[in-house]
Amino acid sequence: MKRISRRLVLSLCAISLGALTSTASFAQESTLTVASTTSTEQSGLFGHLLPQVQKATGITVKVVALGTGQALDVGRRGDADVVFVHDQVAEEKFVAEGAGVERIAVMYNDFVLVGPGDDPAKAAGKDIVGGLKAVHANKAAFVSRGDKSGTHAAELRYWKMANLDPAIEKQAWYRDTGFGMGPALNTAAAMNAYILADRGTWLSFKNRQNLKIIAEGDAKLFNQYGVILVNPKKHAHVKAEAGQKFINWLVSAEGQAMIAGYKIGGEQLFFPNAVKR
Amino acid sequence: MRDQSMLLSLTAVSVSVASTRLLADIDLVVQSGERVVILGANGAGKSTLLKVCNGLIAPSKGDLIAPPVRQQALIFQRPALLRRTVIENVKFVLAARGVLEPLRTSQAQQAIDACGLGAMASRPAFALSGGEQQRLALARVWACRPSLLLADEPTANLAPAAMRDVENLLLAVEALGTTLVLTTHNIAQAKRLARRIVFLDGGKVVEDRPAAEFFASPNSAAARTYLAGESL
Amino acid sequence: MLYDAGLAALDLLVQGDATLRDIALLSLRVSASATLFAALIGLPLGAWVALSTTRLRTSFAVLLNTSMGLPPVVVGLGVYLLLSRSGPLGALGWLFTPTGMIFAQTLLITPIVAALARQTIEDAHVGLAEWFTSLGLTRWQRVKALLFEARFSLAVALLAGFGRAIAEVGAVMMVGGNIAGHTRVMTTTIALETSKGDLPLALALGVLLVALVLLVNGVAQILKAWMERRHA
Repeated sequence: MKRISRRLVLSLCAISLGALTSTASFAQESTLTVASTTSTEQSGLFGHLLPQVQKATGITVKVVALGTGQALDVGRRGDADVVFVHDQVAEEKFVAEGAGVERIAVMYNDFVLVGPGDDPAKAAGKDIVGGLKAVHANKAAFVSRGDKSGTHAAELRYWKMANLDPAIEKQAWYRDTGFGMGPALNTAAAMNAYILADRGTWLSFKNRQNLKIIAEGDAKLFNQYGVILVNPKKHAHVKAEAGQKFINWLVSAEGQAMIAGYKIGGEQLFFPNAVKR
Repeated sequence: MRDQSMLLSLTAVSVSVASTRLLADIDLVVQSGERVVILGANGAGKSTLLKVCNGLIAPSKGDLIAPPVRQQALIFQRPALLRRTVIENVKFVLAARGVLEPLRTSQAQQAIDACGLGAMASRPAFALSGGEQQRLALARVWACRPSLLLADEPTANLAPAAMRDVENLLLAVEALGTTLVLTTHNIAQAKRLARRIVFLDGGKVVEDRPAAEFFASPNSAAARTYLAGESL
Repeated sequence: MLYDAGLAALDLLVQGDATLRDIALLSLRVSASATLFAALIGLPLGAWVALSTTRLRTSFAVLLNTSMGLPPVVVGLGVYLLLSRSGPLGALGWLFTPTGMIFAQTLLITPIVAALARQTIEDAHVGLAEWFTSLGLTRWQRVKALLFEARFSLAVALLAGFGRAIAEVGAVMMVGGNIAGHTRVMTTTIALETSKGDLPLALALGVLLVALVLLVNGVAQILKAWMERRHA
C-alpha cells in the first residue's frame, strides 16, 4: 500500500508538471500579445491577417480583444506588447505619458449610422451630425456603447458637434448599455433603435432584423487606426523586437495590401493609409 | 500453572466528564490468563472502564498500568468496519502493525478462516450479517494476537445463534494466549463465560469475586437486586 | 432562423469541426487540470481540518464553507490583478495564457473540494475514531485510511469541482482574454458568438457543454448509488 501511494503521488506530480508546461509557450520570443478592440476582432480582420503574419515573420500573434480604454490600460500595465486601437486622442495621450513608443497610423474604416428600416426620425443622408440631431429631435430610440471604446468616443464627438448631450439629459430614448459592438447591435435590433456602428462589425453582423444603414459617407465618420509598441523602458519584459517586426509588417506593402484585401460580401472594410517609410 | 504476570492495574482511578462522575475510585488488577466479566446495568460505567484500560479515556485521577496500545485490542458492540472487503478489513490492521506482503494476506486469510468467514473473503464487509460482522472484528483480533482483549458488550445486538458463535470465538482467541476482559449486562452470558466477576454499580466496583461465589451468594444489595431483576 | 442555426450546429458537431474540437479540448484540459490541482491541495487540506483537534477547526470550516461561494468573476478579477505584469505575480507571465486560466480555476474550486472533503472525512471519521485510536494509528495512517474510506464521496466532490470549473465563464474570460486559437474555451466562446449574433457555433458548444455537465452529474449519481448498495 505504501509503494502504491508513493507511485501514485509521483505520477500525479508528473501529470501536473505536464499540464503546466504544455500550456506554456515554448518558443517565447515568437509569440506576441496585441491588445486591440472587440470591433476590430469581430470584423474578422485578424483571422485574415494573422496567418500571413505568421508566414512572413514567424510570429504567433495573440489578440486580446477589449474596449479601446481597456486595451490601452492593458498596455499601460505591460500586459500586452503592442496596442492596436482606433482613438487618436487616447492613443496620443498614451504615447505622451510614456506608456508607448510611437503612434503609427495603419488604416481607417468608417462608422455608419444604422437604424430602423422605415427611418422614423428621418435621419438619412450623408451628414452624421444632422442625422443625430434628427434622432434627438424625434426622441427616437438610440443605443449607445457607453464603454469608453473608440466607437463610443466617436459617438460622443458627434453629439458634441451637434451641441447636444443626451448622456447628461438621461432621457428614456437614449440607452447607455456598456456593451461591446456585437451585443449593442443585438440590443438595437431587438429594440428597433438607431445605433452608431463600425462598418466592419455591421457587415459581419447576422442578427439585423429590421435594421439598415441610414447615414454614411460623411468624412467625419472615418475611423483612424493606430498601432503603438508598448514602451520597453517601462516594462522590461515587453517583446520589443517581435512587436516592432509586427508593426513593420502592418505598414509594409505586403501588410497594407493584405488589409485592403479583406472583404466581406465583396465589400472592403479597411482602407490602409500608412505613411510610406 | 500459567505464568501469572500482572497485565492490567488500576489504582484509585476516577473519571469525571464535565460535572458527571462516570467512574469513582476504581481498584482493579487483572493477571495474564484470567477471564474477567464486568457485569452491571446500563450506565454503570462498564464501557468507560474498558475505554480507560485501552487509553481512549484518560483517568481524571488515579494510576493506570496497561499493556501498550499495540498489544491490546478493543471490540465494540457495533464493530467499526471499513468500506472494503472482509479480507481487506483484516489486512488493514495487519498493515497498521507493520506486517508486509505476502505475510499480510496469508495471515489475514488464516484469521478469517479461523473465524468461519473464509468463504466470504471478497465480500464487502457491510454485506455481512450482524453476527458475521462481529466475527470479522474477532478475525482482526485473531490476526493481531494481542495480549489483552477488551470486549464491550460484543453480543448485545445479536440473536442467540450468532451470540453463541461469537462466544466460542472469544474463547478460541483466549486459547491463543489472549487475556479476556469483557463487559455484559446479560446475566446468562456472564454465568456461561465468567471465571471472575467484577460487578459495577454507579461507577464503583461493588463486588470483585470468583464467578461461582458471586452467583451463589452476592454480597451487595445492588448485585442481589440486579440478579433478581434480569431474566434470560 | 433558430432552426437553421440548430441545423448548422448539428452539422458542426457531427463533422467534428476543428475549431469546435480545439475549444472543447481546451475547456477539458483547463478544467481537468484545475480539478487535479484542487484535489492535490484541497483533499489533504480538508482532511487536516477534519482531523485537527484545535479550536481553529470551526473557524477553518466556516472559512472553507464561505469561500465555496466566491463568485467566479470576482476570482477572475483578483487573479487578473495578481497576474498582471504590474501585479505581484506578473513575472510568471501567466496572464492571457491557459496556465493562468488553470490557476484561476484552481483557486475557484479548491475551496469546494476542501470543504466537501472536510465534511466527508469528518463524517467517515465519526464511526471509526475510537477504533483507530484503539489501534494506535498515527495521524498520517488515519488520513490515508479516511481518504480511501471516503473515496466515493471524495470522487463526487471532485466531480462537483470539475462541473463548476467547466461551466464558469467569469474567471476564465478575465484571466484568459478569450484569445482566438489560444484561450478560448466553451463558455467564453458561447458568450462571444452569441453576442455576435452568430449562433451555430454557440449552439453546438452549448449542446456539448450541457451534455458534459449531465454526464458528470450522472457519473456522480452512479457512484453514490454504487456505494450505497455495496458498502452501507
